[in-house]
Amino acid sequence: MLANPPSPAASPTKTSRRVHASAVLAGVLKYGLLLLLAFSFVLPFIWMVVSALKDDPQTYTIPPVWIPNPAFWSNFPTAWTQYDFTRFTFNSVFLYGIPVTIGVTLSSAFIAYGFSRLQWPGRDILFGLVLATLMIPYAVTMVPLFIIWKNLGLINSYAPLVIPAFFGSAFGIFLLRQFYLTIPQELTDAARIDGANELGIWWKVILPLAKPALTVVALFTFIGTWNDYLAPLIYINKTELYPVALGVNLLRIAVGATGTPANIYPYLMAVSTIVTIPVLILFYFAQRTFIEGVTTTGLKG
Amino acid sequence: MDATIAPPRAKTRRMSNAARRSLVWGLIFVSPWIIGFVGFTVYPLISSLLISFTRYDLLRPPVQIGLANYVELFTDDPNFWKVVSNTFFYVVLSAPLGVISAFLMAALLNTKIVMRSTFRGIFFFPAIVPAVVTATIWQFLLNSQYGAINATLQAMGMPIIPFLSNPDLIKPTLILIYVWAQGSAILVFLAALQDVPRQLYEAAEIDGANSWQRFWKVTLPMCTPAILYNMVTSFIVGFQVFTLPYLLVGANGGPERAGQMYAALLYDNAFRFLRMGKASALAWVLFVVIVFFTIVLFKSSARWVYYGGDDAR
Repeated sequence: MLANPPSPAASPTKTSRRVHASAVLAGVLKYGLLLLLAFSFVLPFIWMVVSALKDDPQTYTIPPVWIPNPAFWSNFPTAWTQYDFTRFTFNSVFLYGIPVTIGVTLSSAFIAYGFSRLQWPGRDILFGLVLATLMIPYAVTMVPLFIIWKNLGLINSYAPLVIPAFFGSAFGIFLLRQFYLTIPQELTDAARIDGANELGIWWKVILPLAKPALTVVALFTFIGTWNDYLAPLIYINKTELYPVALGVNLLRIAVGATGTPANIYPYLMAVSTIVTIPVLILFYFAQRTFIEGVTTTGLKG
Repeated sequence: MDATIAPPRAKTRRMSNAARRSLVWGLIFVSPWIIGFVGFTVYPLISSLLISFTRYDLLRPPVQIGLANYVELFTDDPNFWKVVSNTFFYVVLSAPLGVISAFLMAALLNTKIVMRSTFRGIFFFPAIVPAVVTATIWQFLLNSQYGAINATLQAMGMPIIPFLSNPDLIKPTLILIYVWAQGSAILVFLAALQDVPRQLYEAAEIDGANSWQRFWKVTLPMCTPAILYNMVTSFIVGFQVFTLPYLLVGANGGPERAGQMYAALLYDNAFRFLRMGKASALAWVLFVVIVFFTIVLFKSSARWVYYGGDDAR
């Protein structure tokens, strides 16, 4: 545990006691800092949940009330029906999240094979181009793409958000390519000798092995759509088609409006809490894949 | 130069069957990306450049007006220079502050600690919360009258801090919230920290380096590629920042437009004022600036990024 061997010149007990004391101090500092930071990350969310359980008088009390009494649990169902949040959730999941996740994951998994498991002239230059697209601001392609989708009559549909997903995402291609490169060549060589073509090798050999990386891409993509604000803002103007992010904003707008409705802040916090829960659950179950999975790949090499 | 490691160059005249087969399959696999690249990137890129030379409101056909949109931006639009200075202020501070704090937090999370994965989860979490929720929570917390922070200050008899209503405090507040949600950068740094070979630390320790010296002489240099990566990403993302400021201080950026970012002005020109030509000109200026800064960062990287991993077998 002790990093520094005691120097032979000094008296051993004195030195080890001093080393011990500084180690304790370092430990206290380290955990103090860790807890302080963790606190700053968690506290705003705790405040969100606490505020969701209040009524108006409790909301505007000084000093702030940390334990609402009475707690208005009914705020959650009431807030949820201020607007049609069930509908917004359906839109977010089935019209936006799932189609885009399938599109990005499948197409990126397919494209990444061509950038990693096959040798051909021009491959690496093209892959450089994939990465270079990350530099292109969303805004540069935004206007012409909007015009195209408008001319196709697809404004107020999820087509403009879903169709491009089936042509790969730079992030997904990059992540899966890195993963494919770690799969031993012998596995695919063996399949090739058995007469499998590349399509079969990709589907039967590579994809099953790449499940952890596919999960990461799928989760990031799904959470990305759940959180996305700008793209639906541009393409979806009909309230009944809104995803949850735009739905939450309907409540936010109500806060500033004249004649602020009663309990608007508690409702806003209640809806924010409900909308954050899916992210929390996905994140909790995928923690290993998300953080440990992504970061420990280099450790065992 | 490195003739030994270059792949054996096939006589260009004839490819072997295997090579041709590889090329065909390679192109089949990457073809969806090529189609998407042409359709959703190259075509719109050229198209937006052409639109930037027109006056176009989507209702009437575009009218060629040459460089008028650019001239208007640079000489006749005070909001343009306002959002340019706002965005520069935001990027120049948020990118380095975000990278430095993410690196220090990753270094902290990489030490021997109990409940390591719980701490990692907590540190990462703010980055994956919907932006609209982040904006809602912070707007509520920071409210001058009844926000939790100012209500606490008032209760303690201290002056309130008008985070989002004082023009001088808006941008620092936005930067603070950005630095608060550094999960992705922390993740990249954690991966880099775990890739530092143990032998380097052992060798440094044998040479008598203390933990401070080990951090400066081993950890930091070995992590410079990740620092470069996060720096480049932060600049690119920072120049385009839209959702959080737009939601927190509104489309016009609050008092004196202090929080209006470049992307918000662009969005407003396109979809509120239907000035597609001017919006496209704004987009191209942004594009050029981003490419310029990315190139500068990569050029400078030769001086400070250490790619020791490549030749240290």
